[in-house]
This record gives sequence, structure tokens and C-alpha cells, in this order.
Amino acid sequence: MTALLSLRALSQTYVSTPDLAERMANLAGAKYRELRVRAVNEVSFDVAEGEVVGLVGESGCGKSTLGRMVVGVETPSGGTLAWRGATLEEMTPEQRRQWELEVQMIFQDPFASLNPRMRVEQIIGEAPVVHGLIKRTERRDYVAELLGKVGLGADIMSRYPHQFSGGQRQRIGIARALALRPKLIVCDEAISALDVSIQAQVLNLFEDLRAEFGFAYLFISHDLGAVEHIADRVAIMYLGRLVEIGTADEVFENPRHPYTRALLAEAPRIDRRGQDFTPIEGEIPSPLDPPPGCAFHPRCARATQACKGAMPELRAGRDGRRTACILEHGEQP
Amino acid sequence: MSIAADTPLRRFAVDFLRSPTAVIAGLGLLAIALAAIFAGVIAPQNPYDLAQIDIFDGSLEPGSEGFNGFKYWLGSDEQGRDMLSAMIYGLRISLMVSFIAVSSAVAIGMVLGLLAAWRGGTVESIIMRAVDIQLSFPALLVALLLLAALGKGVDKVIIALILVQWAYFARTVRAAALVEIRKDYVTAARAAALPPSRILFGHVLPNVMPPVLVIATVQVANAISIEASLSFLGVGVPITQPSLGLLIANGFDYLLSGRYWISFYPGVALLVTLVCINVVADHVRDILNPRLQR
Repeated sequence: MTALLSLRALSQTYVSTPDLAERMANLAGAKYRELRVRAVNEVSFDVAEGEVVGLVGESGCGKSTLGRMVVGVETPSGGTLAWRGATLEEMTPEQRRQWELEVQMIFQDPFASLNPRMRVEQIIGEAPVVHGLIKRTERRDYVAELLGKVGLGADIMSRYPHQFSGGQRQRIGIARALALRPKLIVCDEAISALDVSIQAQVLNLFEDLRAEFGFAYLFISHDLGAVEHIADRVAIMYLGRLVEIGTADEVFENPRHPYTRALLAEAPRIDRRGQDFTPIEGEIPSPLDPPPGCAFHPRCARATQACKGAMPELRAGRDGRRTACILEHGEQP
Repeated sequence: MSIAADTPLRRFAVDFLRSPTAVIAGLGLLAIALAAIFAGVIAPQNPYDLAQIDIFDGSLEPGSEGFNGFKYWLGSDEQGRDMLSAMIYGLRISLMVSFIAVSSAVAIGMVLGLLAAWRGGTVESIIMRAVDIQLSFPALLVALLLLAALGKGVDKVIIALILVQWAYFARTVRAAALVEIRKDYVTAARAAALPPSRILFGHVLPNVMPPVLVIATVQVANAISIEASLSFLGVGVPITQPSLGLLIANGFDYLLSGRYWISFYPGVALLVTLVCINVVADHVRDILNPRLQR
């Protein structure tokens, strides 16, 4: 069976070219250069039908950009993205439409993600009507049904977003994503802006919906606890690259990449009260000027001279675990 | 009040009614607008119907009676036209010209501003450089040059005003739209593969309307005063369709000979109209400013 979504060496490079004024200044001797940020750098993985893949990393590591490419809001600058086996280039208009509708997104900020000038009925029901999934006359019933699925009453349909709490808004956002009958939902930090008590509710809602509809999720988060709870597989990103991927059990029980280890060691856990936190040394490097070789080596406790040389690829190491670390690949001298 | 009725429009109305100044100015503006719309019914005389005016009633002082017993409340000009009636008709021309000009400028500026924000790149550069060039010249100068080229006429004045004002709206809409387009609800609309025109006009546009409304109100006042200036300078509306500005210009020659009312009352009417519009605009801006919101 082909995977639902497969990414191969998917990259997103942002280029900022000097504008007219800066080019004129350059003629006069100024030195404005073209700036390139490799926000996502050759990321490859698959998401199978009904699978939950957790995508973890620090702020600015490119995980949101990756999510935006998967839903089609951004066009990748390199690599391939395939939906149901068809890449973006070879998709027929019909396949492209299917991809656009079958991948939906849930957002971090429940206050910015709903149009403040639309009523709930329109927010949820607009797209399915436009795409002909339902008729305009069926909209009320359809929206009422979706609201029921996310645990809200149909009586809120004619209200505006400002009349709801963060948790309720997030449920409306989820109902909006459900309205297009998706197969894959990209959750971009979908619970991190909510109160902790609400987080658990929404997380449970995700699981219930998955059990009912068989969605796959791409669960982007920096909340390791939530990812461990919901994900089947976990991918760890650092500075635009995937550094480790494996089943949730493998990664959480036995992390291999030094970055994953450091990340997991610092996650607060209820069964290790009073632990001392030793933050990872240094800052995440500027993606404008990434360090040579392994991007993590300046902060890595185990870095050797070889780490500064070549960028390690993500591949299976000693016992089949896929990491991007030469120490794990068994190539150290 | 039921919760369902708490629409943005309703909240706006409640906030607006809270300020007595704004309500008074709003009512004043309403009265002015009604007078202008129903000029034919309200005005005691049609000052441009030669059968109704009498040259022997020329230059009468305010409050005097004509030969046939007609009371000239605000006096008459040298042709014997009732100033009050002339002002009401003049108001109609002034308001009509500025209203048509500003609404057209809003439409043009809005489409171009949205386009610039959405497309970016070269399209944005071209539109926004045109805006910069437009805004770097004083509005009156541009209008004067245009009218010198186009000639006289109400339609020409409207065209000149549109060309002078679209840039304000394009710039405002682009700035506001850039902010909105980055918000997640637009990303959600794009993820739902809605057509770009629907996203821009259905989602982004309603959210950039508040600043546009404020500027539009201010620009109506601006348009009235530019039109008045142009007419005063003699390149505006034709003499057969005098606006407030042209009335002021007509009476200007008689000011020094003591017949002040021919210029004075149209001037007062212009002033009151502009003050009312500006007070209302100020208040609308305060309400719509999110930083001042409770």
C-alpha cells in the first residue's frame, strides 16, 4: 500500500533579494547580499493512512513551514511531496483537488484562526458549500452535526468567534477542518495555546475523532508529553533537518540522536520530581548561517572533529534506528 | 439583549451612541444630507429656474422681503437668487461630487491595495510606487493640473478627485491586508482551497474595512474642501451647477462692498458640514481603534 503522504528531500528555501533601493545602494558601494534561509532542508518521511506522526523541535526549526507545505499553503522550493502516490508535478487537477481537500489544518492560536467577522455557521460551512460537498440548503444541518462531533451545541451557530473561550474556539477550528472530510489533519501546535485542563480535553477529542474517522495526524508540537501520548511515530527536527525518526516507543524509551537525548532529558516528568535541569548549551544557530557539518555539533556534548566535516544523512544506524548522527552510524574513528 | 444579536455592527452602534458630541454631529450630518437629497422639496425657491427669480430682488439683505412678498432669510445675490435655496442646491452638488468621488476612490484603492498585498513582488512594487508618486504631490496641485487638461464639468471634477484620492485607500488597504493575510484564518481558508477572489473579498476585505471607513469619512470632508477650492479658483464645477465653493467665489467680489452674506453663509454651511463629518470620523476612528477598545 502506498503511503498517504510521502515527502522526499522536501525543502523550503526563502530567498530575500535586495530591493531596488538596496541595489542602488550597492552601486554606491554598499553590500546588501541575497539572503537565503533553508527553513526546511531535505526532509523525507511518510505518513500512512490513520497514522499519527509527531513532529517535534524547537521554535524556528522549520516544523510549521513543513506543515504549511503539506497542506498546500506554501509551495516547496525543492524535493517532492506526494499525496496518494502522485507528486505535486504529476497530479491531475482532480488529484490536486483531492489533496487540497483531504489535508486540513488546525492552528495554534484559537483567536487568530477564526475570522472575527463571520458567524460559526459560515466559518464551518463555507468551504464544503463552495466545493460542492453539500448544498447550501443543507448547511445548517451539516454544521450542527459537525458541532456535535466536537462537543459543541448547535445553538451556537449564529454567534461570532469573540463570544467563545479558547477551548471552544479550538473546537470550532477542528469542526472547520472536519467539514471537508479530510484524511490527514496537520495540527500545528494545536493545543499549546490552551489551558492545561483544556489541552487534555482537546487531545482526547483528537483521539476520539481519529477512532471514529480514521484520520492520520501530523502532530506538530514542542510538547513532548502530548506527542508521546498521541503519536505512533515521532520525527525530531533541528534547524530544518530531520535528525531522528522512529516509533514513539523507540524514540521516547531509547533516544539515539544527541539532540533527541538532550530534549527528552529536559522534559519535565511527573515521575522524576525535583530533577535538575541542564539546558542544552548555547542557542539554536541562525538558519541564515548554519554551522558546517552537523548543525547540532556546536551544542553537542559528544561532538568530535568529524562532526564539523560533512552533514550526516538520516539513515539507519547500528540497530536499524534512523538518525542523522555519524556517531550512531558507527563511523566514528 | 440576546447574545446572538451581539453583532459587530450592533456593538459599533452602541459605542457610537455613547458620545453626545458624536450624536449631535451625526444628526447634523444627517440633516445636511437630507437637505441636499431633498433640495427640490425643501428649498423655498429653485434658484436656477429663471421664472422664479426676479432681478429686481438682487442683493437684498438677509431677512428682507422681495416685491412679491418672498422672504429672503439669508438675503439674495445680485441676480436676485435666494441665498438659502442656492446654498441647499450648492450643498447637493458638493456632497454628490465628493461622495461619488470618494466611493469610486475607495473601490479602486481597495482592489489595487488587496492585489498588492496578495500578489506581492512586481505587482506590489508597481502599485505602491504609483501610490508614492501620487502622494508626493499636493492634492490640490494634481487636481488643478488635471482639470486644466480635462476642462470644466462636474464629471471632470469627480475624475480629478478620484485620481487624487485612490492612493490613500490603496496604501491603507495594503497595509491592513498584509496584517490580515498572515493571520491563521486566511491560512485556513487557503488550506480549504477557497478561490483567491473569495478569500480576498469574503475574508480579508471585511477585516480591513474599519480603517478604510475612517479614512473614507475624512476624505469626504477633504473632497468637499478640494472641490470648493477648485471651484473658488474657477476650474471646478460650471457656473450653471454652483457648489458651495463656487457660491463663495461668486460673492467674493461683493465682500468689500458690504454685501457679506453672498459669501458668508455658504462659507458657514461649508464649515458646519466639514466639522460634522470630521467629528463623526474622529469618533468612528476611536471606536474602531482596537487599542482603545475595552
